Parts: sequence; structure tokens; C-alpha cells
Amino acid sequence: MNKGRIDEETGVETTGHSWDGIEELNNPLPRWWLWTLYATIVWAIGYTIAYPAWPMISGATTGLLGFSTRAQVAEQITEHEAKNAQLVTDLLNADLAAISPTDDLHRYAVARGGSVFAAQCSQCHGSGAAGATGYPNLLDDDWLWGGDVESISYTVNHGIRNETDGDTRWSEMPAYGEIFTSAEIDAVVEHVVSLSSDDYDSALAEEGSVLFADNCAACHGDEGLGDRDVGAPNIADAVWLYGGDRDALHETVHNARFGVMPAMGQRLADEDVRAVALYVHGLGGGE
Amino acid sequence: MSEPALYAAREPIFPRRVTGVFRRLKWWILGVTLTIYYLTPWLRWDRGPNLPDQAVLVDMANRRFYFFWIEIWPHEFYFVAGLLIMAGLGLFLFTSALGRVWCGYTCPQTVWTDLFILVERWIEGDRNARVRLHRAKWDFKKWRLRITKWVVWLLIAVATGGAWVFYFTDAPTLLVDLFLFQAHPAAYITIAILTATTFVFGGFMREQICIYMCPWPRIQAAMMDPDTITVAYREWRGEPRGKGNVRKRDRAAAEKAAAQAQAAGPGQARYAATPYPNKALQVGGAPKLAAAEHEHGDCIDCMACVNVCPMGIDIRDGQQMECITCALCIDACDDVMAKIGKPRGLIDYMALSDEAAERAGGAPKSIWRHILRPRTILYTAMWGLLGLGLVYALFIRSDIELTVSPERNPTYVVQSDGAVRNIYDVRLRNKSGDDRLFHISLTSDATLRIDLEGNDDDLAVTVPADTTILQRVYVTARPQDPAATERETPLRIWVEDLETGARASRDTTFNGRR
Repeated sequence: MNKGRIDEETGVETTGHSWDGIEELNNPLPRWWLWTLYATIVWAIGYTIAYPAWPMISGATTGLLGFSTRAQVAEQITEHEAKNAQLVTDLLNADLAAISPTDDLHRYAVARGGSVFAAQCSQCHGSGAAGATGYPNLLDDDWLWGGDVESISYTVNHGIRNETDGDTRWSEMPAYGEIFTSAEIDAVVEHVVSLSSDDYDSALAEEGSVLFADNCAACHGDEGLGDRDVGAPNIADAVWLYGGDRDALHETVHNARFGVMPAMGQRLADEDVRAVALYVHGLGGGE
Repeated sequence: MSEPALYAAREPIFPRRVTGVFRRLKWWILGVTLTIYYLTPWLRWDRGPNLPDQAVLVDMANRRFYFFWIEIWPHEFYFVAGLLIMAGLGLFLFTSALGRVWCGYTCPQTVWTDLFILVERWIEGDRNARVRLHRAKWDFKKWRLRITKWVVWLLIAVATGGAWVFYFTDAPTLLVDLFLFQAHPAAYITIAILTATTFVFGGFMREQICIYMCPWPRIQAAMMDPDTITVAYREWRGEPRGKGNVRKRDRAAAEKAAAQAQAAGPGQARYAATPYPNKALQVGGAPKLAAAEHEHGDCIDCMACVNVCPMGIDIRDGQQMECITCALCIDACDDVMAKIGKPRGLIDYMALSDEAAERAGGAPKSIWRHILRPRTILYTAMWGLLGLGLVYALFIRSDIELTVSPERNPTYVVQSDGAVRNIYDVRLRNKSGDDRLFHISLTSDATLRIDLEGNDDDLAVTVPADTTILQRVYVTARPQDPAATERETPLRIWVEDLETGARASRDTTFNGRR
């Protein structure tokens, strides 16, 4: 070992380390660089004391500063709620139908309602509110129980055919499978098809129209336009909740349908019910 | 048998005062750049009552960037990206043409270090006084001078950190808030960090930043080539170097040798007369002037170039990673050459490709022939094209804008009468300082009807000043129209401000029931 030899080529001192004759030049690092390394070590130790760091068997050390992102979020939520308190009060007291769409209150309610919808309604009605078979599309202009904002708010609040809420929307179509023969059902279905289509068997529809007038028109109306007071669907239009082809209609007449919606008023705050009603009303079908 | 030290302490550097062309240029650049930095936030620019009146403002909270008459919204960030690319290309250009000219003249590290050294010189004196003070014991005088210097540095550092935060909010308001301790903590933290970095980097780290922390010197090496103009020492002219007394001694020896050689006869004369059989003398063939005076080069080894160097290097050792090409050694050497009656430029800006020609006694190529080469022309062209593109983009901007995003969930809605409706989320931007009434309309080859959510009367929406609003737009095809059943129908949505005639449009598609 030849410690501290000066290399002739470069004029630089060697470290004295030699591997098969290959020597290492000693180009020393600046000393402050070493100090920054020590400083980062000290910082790291301090950091693990001040902040949550060391994993334990259940949980981790909490740190002297008590820092917690969870607590920060909670704090921010509280802050936001305080900031929005006035808007919430206004929303609770406002006449929903009278709020202008350009109003800040309306914007706030729609934004809030959108979150409520995503969390509470989208499971059945879809994230885009387009519904599915058996779950109404909220974007179109066909409403079972009314499409003005007060009606929507009522429906959200009390639900549909919900036995836990005395004020719920309630209607019940008889299952005609127990009353009609299958042929009679086919005739009624053909009449219903004739209400919204040109492609039907007129003799069969004629036969069904008598049965319709005696059994169905009381709720659905002579023209099949429905009745929102009893939640009877308009069966003369292009929108079908359970499908509009003959098989689906046969099944509907035979078994009847009994769609249920929770009374959201039981689980949501009043302002959330009102906000989501305004949101749904603004999706395109609102009246 | 001790191990060699793996860590080295910083060698203190005491740059001597220097005067000359480049020093003057650097003072000017220092003054101009620092003035721009410190004063820009205080310039005012009237934009009307709804917008801030600060000429240059990065308004993070409201997501706006104001630059005099230009206002940049977040979606126009490509302007900033374009400027950054231009800055990059500009650096390529300047580095390939003029070497590390950025490092030597305009880099903040250089500018602030220059300023700090200036302060140091005012308080502690020039190089020799500073060396003495450095070696002196820590008595009252040393403490007094050091503390005075540190305080002035700290004031500059605070002003530097302070100026930075003014770019991000209204400067006069923030200044008052800062003194009343009502400003946002982020302002104080930013000032504290920038004060600390300015103080430490400018006062104590100096060349260490350039040598060990900055990546730029490494990148620049790849951008320089033999035609790049850089600071270099004309070794073939300067060597062999020698101080006056050495010269006198050598001259006497040479004359003596010449006399002996003459006595001995011709032939070996030249070598015998050469105390330094130096390669510099051999390259150019026989020296044109054959007197002992010229056996020595022009360098009198006065160390002026070393003493003024803020990086603590000797430029005569050749190109070095540490050299920031500040050109102060040129000034120092020119000064000495003038005093000893030699031409200037022993240390000078030059292209390394001229070395062979100069060694042969020829003249260097002109500066422009070095600078104008395919590479620099390409950089200039790219830089210029990008700049023109940005200016063009700036002028075709409308202060009305819209974006259209068709609702995909669902792609269409069937209405009770069988009509097919599509929903579009339209964002309307009013970039002007006044509220405006936007009229929305539609053009398409197909028969389509347009409606706005929450607006039954007219197809117009008021968009407040400097705001974006989201408007839900419905487009409907009647059941018998082809668009209702066709897969896709193209259409264009327009917004127009009837007052000013400004308008904008976006193309989108209408999805039928298929």
C-alpha cells in the first residue's frame, strides 16, 4: 500500500487503495457536503419524533406535534360548513320553485345535490341519472309523480311505496294474471301497444280496448295518459320503465309492478333533500 | 500511516477589485437585472375595476397570470410552457455561441454573489485587507467588521426574499400586511427561506454552488464545441512565463550563452540560447524574432488573473469546469499588459479552434464566422419560430371562449314524444373585465333544436366578468328527423356577444337512438 502517493498523470493524490494495480484518485468531497448529510440525519430523527412515524403493533407513533391529515380534513369540513351556514339556512327557508338558476343559492344547491345524488341515488338511478329497467330515467320529461321541484322534493323525502313512511307515494296495480286469461292479457297488451304505435293487430286491440276501459282506464285514463295523483304511468308515450315490447307488457299486466324507493328524508338532512331535488330538477326533465 | 482526507474544507477566496470593459458590463447587467427584479411588482397597470392593477402578477388564488396587457388563464398554460421552451432554446443558443455566458453574467447566483462581494469590499477592504482580516484573531475590530457585513448581507437577503412574494399578490397591500403581521404565513415562510438561501449562497457558499450543486455546468459542456467563444489563455503567447527578476537573470544567461555560441561557431546557437526549449517555440517553427527577450512569453506571472477570479482558479491551466466565464481575468490581464506595454488579449474571449492558426502566427477567424454556424442558426430559427408562434397565438385569442363536453352517461335521452335529446356541458368563458350576455346557437345540416337548462325565454346567458360558468345545453331531434335515428350527426355550437360581435364555436356530435 502506497498511501498518499501523487499520481503522475493527473497530479492528484491517490487514496492508497489498489486493485490489481489500479489505483483510486482522491478527489475529496467538500466538507460541508458531509455536514449536510449529518444535518439530514438529525432532521430525520427529529422528524420521526415530531410527526407520526414509527409503526407499532396497532397503529403508529403519533408524534409530538399531533399532526393528522384526518384531523385536518375534519377541520376543513367544519370550516366549510361554517362558511356555508348562511346558504344552508337560505336553502331551508327558500321557496324551491322560486330560486333563480343564476342565483348563488341555486349553484350551491346543485353542487351539493350532485354530491348527495352520487352517494345516495346513483346506485339505482345511475351516476348520470339515466336510470335502468325498473329505475326511472330522471333526464326525460316523463314523470310518474310529478316533475316540478316541489313534487321531486316530496318524492325524495317520503319515497315510493315505502311502508316506514306514512306520507309515502303509494299506488298498487293489481296483478291481472289472477283475473284475466293469458289471451285476454294479450288483447289488453295489443291495445296498449296501439296507443303509442302504428304497428298493431287492430282486431285484437279492439278486443283489448273493452277490457282496458273496464279495468285499466280508472287509473291510466281512457287515452292511457296516466294520472300523476296515483302514480299511474302514461302508457301512450315513448318512455317505458319496464320495457315497451309485448313480452314485457304481458309480464307487467300479469304480475303487476311494485317499484320501491327509500324515504330519503329518514336518512338525509332537510337541506340535502332539497338540494338533491334541485339537482334532479336541473338535469333536463324538470318542469 | 494516516488515511488521506476524504473531505476537504472550502478554500477561502478573496477576489481582488478589478476595472475594465467586462467589469463595467457586469455592473450594468447587475444593476439592470436587480432593478427589474426588485421593482417589477410595483409597476401598476389599469385593467378596470374588476381586475387587479398590478402589472405583473401571478394570482394563484384566482388562477390568473397577469403580464401588463396580457392575461393568462390556466387553460392557456401553453404560453408559459412555450416561454420555458424558448428560454431553454435561448440557453442552448447562447451556450453554443458564447459558452457559459449565462453563468458569468446573468445567473442569479453570480449576480447576487457579485453584489455580496461588493458589500464585502466596501466594509472590509480589498483583497489584501480581507486576507489579513481572515487571518486575524477575533478581536473587537474583526467582530465589528464581520457583523456589519453580515447585517448588510442580511438586509439584502430579506429584500430579495421580500421582493419575490410581491409577485404573487398585490404588492402595496402585502407590504403593509407584512409589517402588521397580518400577511399569510406562506408569505413569511417564503421570505424566510429565500432570505436564508440568499444569505448563505451569496455570502458563504458562492462558488461551491456552481461547482458542486448546479447541474448546468455539466450540461453546458455538451453544448460547447471548438467554435464556441469562451475565455481562454493564449498559452503560446504567454509561455514561458516569468517575473521581471527571472527575466533579467535569464536574459543575462542567454546573452552569455549567445556570446559563447558565437565563439564556438554556428549550428547549435539557437538551442544553446534557449533556457526553455519550450514546445510553444517549436510549433511555429523558428521564432521570427531571435533575441533573448523573446525566449520569455508575455505572461509575467503577476497572478492578477488568479487574484480577481471569484471561482479561485488559474485560467492559465486551461479550460476548467469551475470557470463561469465572468471575464474578470481578461480585464485584470489587459490592465497589466497595458502597463508593461504589450498588446491586450493574453487572456481573452476566443474560440479554441483558432489555436492552431494563432500558434502558427496567423490571425484568428472573425467572431461572426465562429458564431454563425449551422448549429446556432438552427437554434435561432427554432427560437424565433416558437416566438412568432406564441405571438400569433396571443393575437388570435378571443376573450369569449367555450368548451363543449357531450354527456356520455347516457349518450342520448328519449323524451315522452319519442324525440331524442343529447345533453352537453358547455363551459362559457368571459375573459373581459365586464359582464357579458352570451347568445348561444347551433348550426347543423340536420334539423335540431337547442335549449338551455333553466332558461325558457331566450338563448342567452349572462356571464360575469372574468368568469367561467357551466351551462347545461340540450339539443333535440324530433322523432321523425333522421338525426333521431342516425348514429352520429355533426353540429357546431356557437356563442356570440351581440354587443361586440365577438364569437366562438366548437364542433361536436349528436348521438341518435342507435
